[in-house]
Amino acid sequence: MSGHIAPVRQPLITGHKTYHQITEDICRPTETAPSLSWVVAFIVAVTLLGLFVFSVAWTIWVGIGSWNLNRTINWGWDITNFVWWVGIGHAGTLISAILLLFRQKWRTGVNRAAEAMTIFAVMCAGQFPLIHMGRLWMAFFIFPYPNTRGPLWVNFNSPLLWDVFAISTYFTVSLLFWYAGLVPDLATVRDRAVGLRRKIYSIFSFGWNGSAKHWQRWESLSLILAGLATPLVLSVHTIVSFDFATAVIPGWHTTIFPPYFVAGAIFSGFAMVLTLMLIARKVLHLEDYITIEHIESMNKVILLTGSIVGVAYLTELFIAWYSGYIYEQFAFLNRVLGPYYWSYIGMMLCNVVSPQIFWSKRLRTSLFWTFFMSIFINIGMWFERFVIIATTLARDYLPSSWSYYVPSWVEICIFIGTLGLFSTLFLIFTRVAPVVAIAEIKHILKTAGDQYIGPNALAHAHAGHAHGQTVPAEINDLQAGGTVDIDGENDKPLD
Amino acid sequence: MATIRIEPTIGDPATGTDKEEYARATNRDIFFGLYDDEVKLLDAVRAANEDHLAIDDVYTPFPVHGLDPLLGLEESRLHVAGFVFGSIGCLFGFGFMTWVFTRDWPIIFGGKPYWSVPAFIPITFELTVLFASVGMVTVFYIINGLGPGAEPRRLHDRITDDKFCIAFDVTESSDSEIDRLRQYFNRTGVETVHRKLVAA
Repeated sequence: MSGHIAPVRQPLITGHKTYHQITEDICRPTETAPSLSWVVAFIVAVTLLGLFVFSVAWTIWVGIGSWNLNRTINWGWDITNFVWWVGIGHAGTLISAILLLFRQKWRTGVNRAAEAMTIFAVMCAGQFPLIHMGRLWMAFFIFPYPNTRGPLWVNFNSPLLWDVFAISTYFTVSLLFWYAGLVPDLATVRDRAVGLRRKIYSIFSFGWNGSAKHWQRWESLSLILAGLATPLVLSVHTIVSFDFATAVIPGWHTTIFPPYFVAGAIFSGFAMVLTLMLIARKVLHLEDYITIEHIESMNKVILLTGSIVGVAYLTELFIAWYSGYIYEQFAFLNRVLGPYYWSYIGMMLCNVVSPQIFWSKRLRTSLFWTFFMSIFINIGMWFERFVIIATTLARDYLPSSWSYYVPSWVEICIFIGTLGLFSTLFLIFTRVAPVVAIAEIKHILKTAGDQYIGPNALAHAHAGHAHGQTVPAEINDLQAGGTVDIDGENDKPLD
Repeated sequence: MATIRIEPTIGDPATGTDKEEYARATNRDIFFGLYDDEVKLLDAVRAANEDHLAIDDVYTPFPVHGLDPLLGLEESRLHVAGFVFGSIGCLFGFGFMTWVFTRDWPIIFGGKPYWSVPAFIPITFELTVLFASVGMVTVFYIINGLGPGAEPRRLHDRITDDKFCIAFDVTESSDSEIDRLRQYFNRTGVETVHRKLVAA
């Protein structure tokens, strides 16, 4: 095999897998009855989804007055949750696109699930801008369509409109990228299925047959989509940060926001990927495909982005002081010591201080600490958005209008409900589609699988290369002139 | 009420006329071998080239690098489609915003000029990416003949699993030519060989 072998890396696929074993392992969850733990998790998720539907219906029926937003704090949990979910939705594309461009092979173990997570997270994120409009049935007003009011167009200079374009483009491109990767794997599931399942997977696998030309175009498509998705993923959170950075509110009007938001998004996205994958690898028995090496790699990204975020927090404070502008200084002093000081402390502890434990190899290769940290970071990143949005608004220009905000039960239920929406979609995904990219894993098996790494690598490669293997029994039959079929099913005409 | 009567077509398998005959007349006869390793596959394709055997197609469970030049496949031109669609998206996005704010309904926002180019950049970029991606993916599915309900040329169920397939079209081949292919397969370390009629 001509692929090059990197002995420095730990193997990315363990358990001495063959190609067929990979197919078996990864397709199994889609072919067997769900486990009890899945059923319980699904019931919980659907219950929370019901809570989401109820609380959104309540918001629409009663009106936005059912939320505790007020004249001063007009963005609260709604936009906090929106930014939080969008941030989570960044890891999938980062893993599948940027790491593809960098030829990081460990990407293949987690990209499928991470991308699915991205799509579901963006779906959750999208709920908030829609419902916070109050009149959901008017939501189409955000799109520039020819209308009878002039036509009066939307404001193309507004970052809120840029957001509409960014999020919808991101969702569309992520979905296309994810599905293009999924087609060959759905074909694998199709070819193993019988009866109705085979018919269903035939529709969804788009007639894929693995032809050499198709694979060539597929690789070309993946590479170019990765090239397009890379600036896209960076642009999306940049534009989300513009929602704040282009406003003239002290504490929001800063140029550091775009890189700081993007780093934070990757940070929280990887944390959510880890939360999900640590559970999925255990429940779906994927320990051979999502190894400690994968987890360690992701923890390194978390350490890097967490530190970038930490530097950004400190830079903000420094620049606020250095600007000599009292309103800016007050805004930041208020963040740290004001009425919401507890959320600032939570943010600092969860996002900056605690990820530093990953300097230790023992801790970043520990499943317990990784899982613990992944939850911690998700909480911390939620606090970050809350700090930016609510604490900044709480103390505006006139002390007479200063205010404090606690969410109503409706807002809390909507947030918990989106966790239900997210989990429901993810749980369904683990049952119907291969959670690990089968074709991509097979592609790296010989260069990153454990049996091909280490001192025996060359011997193995050589053995695979040798001619004159023992001739299987079927071939001896062939020499007598007959056709041979293993299962006898495949020679039917007009199949 | 008039009754509609469907005339049986000649050779229609449903009517029970010679099915075998019909199948051979309307389908391609594919003779294919399955290999269990991509290295063997690459060697076999090389051997086929040396023997001047015309491979119909190669099917693999994952992309095998090094296969395209052996099969004489030119580099994909999908990126051209991506560029064209992206350019259309870019021009459309920028042009549309320009038209709206300079011709159709000029409005002053925050004392800025009507034609405020920097503010148009984000949407222009997003539309470039959107058009390029959607266009390229659509082209990908169309040129490959893939889509919901598309019938795959399904030679063997293990091709999407762990078998690497070299297929020859033997619809018009003589028995001696098929024998030659059989010998070729045996020589190159094939695991199994099969023959199957597939829709043309």
